[in-house]
Amino acid sequence: MEFGFTTAAYVVAAVLFILSLGGLSGQESAKRAVWYGIVGMGLAVFATLIGPGSGLWLLSLILITGGGIIGVYVAQRVQMTEMPQLVAAMHSLVGLAAVFVGFNAHFELVRVVAMEPEAKKALEGFAAVLAKKDALEQNILRIELFLGVFIGAITFTGSVIAFGKLAGKVTSTAEKLPGGHALNAAAAAVSFLCLIWYMNSGGLLPLTLMTIAALFIGYHLIMGIGGADMPVVVSMLNSYSGWAAAAIGFSLGNDLLIVVGALVGSSGAILSYIMCKAMNRSFISVILGGFGGPAGEQMAVEGEQIAIEADGVAATLNDADSVIIVPGYGMAVAQAQQSVAELTRKLRAAGKEVRFGIHPVAGRLPGHMNVLLAEAKVPYDIVLEMDEINDDFPETDVVIVIGSNDIVNPAAQDDPNSPIAGMPVLEVWKAKQVFVSKRGQGTGYSGIENPLFFKENTRMFYGDAKASVDKLLPMLD
Amino acid sequence: MKIGTPKEVFEGEARVAMTPESALQLQKLGHECVLETGAGLAAGFSDAAYEAAGVEIVKTGAALFKASDIVAKVRPPSDTEVKRLRKGQTLISFFYPAANEELMQKAADKGAAVIAMDMVPRISRAQKMDALSSMANIAGYRAVIEAGNNFGRFFTGQVTAAGKVPPAKVLVVGAGVAGLAAIGTATSLGAITLAFDVRPEVAEQIESMGAEFVFLEFEENQQDGAATGGYASPSSPEFREKQLEKFRELAPEVDIVITTALIPNRDAPILWTADMVEAMKPGSVIVDLAAERGGNCELTVADEKIVTENGVTIVGYTDFPSRMAAQSSTLYATNVRHMMTDLTPEKDGVVNHDMEDDVIRGSTVTYEKEITFPPPPPKVQAIAAQPKKEAPKELTPEERKAQELAEFKAQTKSQVTLLAIGGGLILLAGLFTPASFMQHFIVFVLAVFVGFQVIWNVSHALHTPLMAITNAISSIIILGALMQIGSGSWLVIVLAGLSIFMAGINIFGGFLVTRRMLAMFQKS
Repeated sequence: MEFGFTTAAYVVAAVLFILSLGGLSGQESAKRAVWYGIVGMGLAVFATLIGPGSGLWLLSLILITGGGIIGVYVAQRVQMTEMPQLVAAMHSLVGLAAVFVGFNAHFELVRVVAMEPEAKKALEGFAAVLAKKDALEQNILRIELFLGVFIGAITFTGSVIAFGKLAGKVTSTAEKLPGGHALNAAAAAVSFLCLIWYMNSGGLLPLTLMTIAALFIGYHLIMGIGGADMPVVVSMLNSYSGWAAAAIGFSLGNDLLIVVGALVGSSGAILSYIMCKAMNRSFISVILGGFGGPAGEQMAVEGEQIAIEADGVAATLNDADSVIIVPGYGMAVAQAQQSVAELTRKLRAAGKEVRFGIHPVAGRLPGHMNVLLAEAKVPYDIVLEMDEINDDFPETDVVIVIGSNDIVNPAAQDDPNSPIAGMPVLEVWKAKQVFVSKRGQGTGYSGIENPLFFKENTRMFYGDAKASVDKLLPMLD
Repeated sequence: MKIGTPKEVFEGEARVAMTPESALQLQKLGHECVLETGAGLAAGFSDAAYEAAGVEIVKTGAALFKASDIVAKVRPPSDTEVKRLRKGQTLISFFYPAANEELMQKAADKGAAVIAMDMVPRISRAQKMDALSSMANIAGYRAVIEAGNNFGRFFTGQVTAAGKVPPAKVLVVGAGVAGLAAIGTATSLGAITLAFDVRPEVAEQIESMGAEFVFLEFEENQQDGAATGGYASPSSPEFREKQLEKFRELAPEVDIVITTALIPNRDAPILWTADMVEAMKPGSVIVDLAAERGGNCELTVADEKIVTENGVTIVGYTDFPSRMAAQSSTLYATNVRHMMTDLTPEKDGVVNHDMEDDVIRGSTVTYEKEITFPPPPPKVQAIAAQPKKEAPKELTPEERKAQELAEFKAQTKSQVTLLAIGGGLILLAGLFTPASFMQHFIVFVLAVFVGFQVIWNVSHALHTPLMAITNAISSIIILGALMQIGSGSWLVIVLAGLSIFMAGINIFGGFLVTRRMLAMFQKS
């Protein structure tokens, strides 16, 4: 096939990918958008398979099919609550693939450079492209593939650790090796030295060394970030995987890779930015891990947490006209979304207004709560964002907080010394009555006391979220 | 000062403006009390009871007017009574000044001060002397009792050994004080109560009394009750049409209709037309509390109870409070007593007719030979006006222009700076890098740009699907591996093969998971 055809296919694929991302602006158009993405990907793979430079297409097809079967199997089996882990795991695959492709580019480059000029003419495809490069271009190529491998390696280990943390296989608290950020800085410095070395020698050793350093950075960086910041981490890794693909695209001279890599990279970057803004924290401080120390003495919380049993909650709900449910990670952990949806249906059937208030960083993945509620068939038009619903709390009879803590903490507004001061929060305490479904008296992820639990209109409904809601259901009219 | 209460001269009026209880309270303010003999009899208070409370009894009305400095009564004064007034005397009674201008003029000519109990402004402080409300409350209660009296069935539904009794369905039109009282009475008797009012803000009050608000689908600038002192104002013809349509629909269902719709200083609006009465079941009852002003029901005859051809009873009495004279006298007397409390702030028996006071000024219709009606609007708003959602500040066009210009300039400045820096860097890169790199670089920069523009529009709820789909398409890295797998070196083939395999997982897994998620999003 002609090179022209491949390029044309790439253009079409690129347009389809852009449409696919743009289509996610609304729930209905999103359903169409996925198909754009699928067709775009199919077209790109097909065009590459029959395009110049490829070979062993049968083997390629078998491998794609093999991978596809696993992918389909995993995608069908995965629970919606496990979505964050899955996304993290998939990012690690992209990262690793970028590392491999980068290394391949290096091997090919070494092979081609070593060839006699006559032999070069006989080359095809990628090797032929390499063969045409002059010394300067080769150096640029080295930088590009070096970058691709570097980012890819960080993405790989980072995603693996993020996966471990989200799946509960690695402790979700922020942990650092002794030396902290100095270690990261040292590893980054080593990588930079390797780059200079690699530029001069073109050998495999500096590339390998750098890869090891980058793998370490990925591991250590994400280890130092705690569970509550995971939405940012996941979207950041998403962004990295895109930049890695773009860097590889440069080294291979493949425009589609560049375009898609840039799209994914900027998408992840924007998501991270949105998440950080929702927590009122700078990206840097999230990446550097943990909350900063409090600037002064935090306000002491007065009063006591008053517990309530299911019958009390049910009685109040029966009398209420408007209810807002604020779900958090605890709902996901307890797999309570089906019970919560059942609760919603019952309350709505009784003619009550039920809505959901979703904080941008609720859960462990951007939009995590929306997906869980959608899975449980909660209609999306009653699931509202923080900005849409925050003004309605004063007119609300009952707010049920299910497994969220920091995102409903009034200290963010009242206490300038609180570690989360200034973070936008859902103002649930303005409602007439607040019920907090919570496992025990412990503090939230950030380890700070939540004055909400001590307010006069707050009642603590202790117990596992799913068990609590299930207990509630038969008591409602 | 001497406060005197004559016997009501109006035919059938049973109320009295002073009770033994209120007389005691008035004396605590330093006043003396006088009563025409037999004034309280119809309300169940004997002369002896008054005497026991220290009230002086005089034989005739004329003597009473002569003896007292302040005359407190219920109904507006008759012509004779007005003639008996003298300069410096104060009359406290219902007066309806808008309808009784001639009477008012006569009273003013006499030089007497008249305080109209029906003109007490509707502000929180004056609630204790709001006689209209206390009378309306009684009227509402009595209307239900009167309806029950003429209704052949139970209010409450019962399942008895002798068969099932359906509950009565009561519709209350107009949810003012009388309407709300009627709702409360009807629900406590066990009836299913529906209620309607043109003021949507009373829906909550209706529901709090246990009735169901009859909701009207109508787009209109909702009237703000605060603007009219809490009273209803006339509605548009379209709205009225819609309202009648709704009533027509309800007419065959309801057993009892209680209409209380009044608009200040106007004839009562006709809300229950003849055809609605016709559509009602035989034995149904209509109680028209607006009968005095012509009635809300087309067939109402004031002061009479009629039965239509199809067996619907229409009660048009205008004297509901008087029918419960003991209760209404007690409440009215208390209202008057509170008015006196405000008039004698020092509690020394000296009346201070303070025309600066909102309540006293508002209810005084004649003072020192002058007619002081209508009063100026009270300084205190009756009901806190609903805060209007206005733009924070109305800027003049020039200011807005200047602001926009400044914003535009700031934006331009930051954008130009960014562009200059970015452009400079790219130019610098262009100087030192070959053309082949720059070609790709252009593509890269544009793609980043497109990405930024597109992603901002993604709704928050779809962020997880966005991550999944970007994850799926980031496996575009497969292209690189596909291009390399054709190489001769086995190491390259193995690595490329692995990459293809992993990207394969990602492509299928990513897209499938996204589809699964999106398929779950449902509209209600």
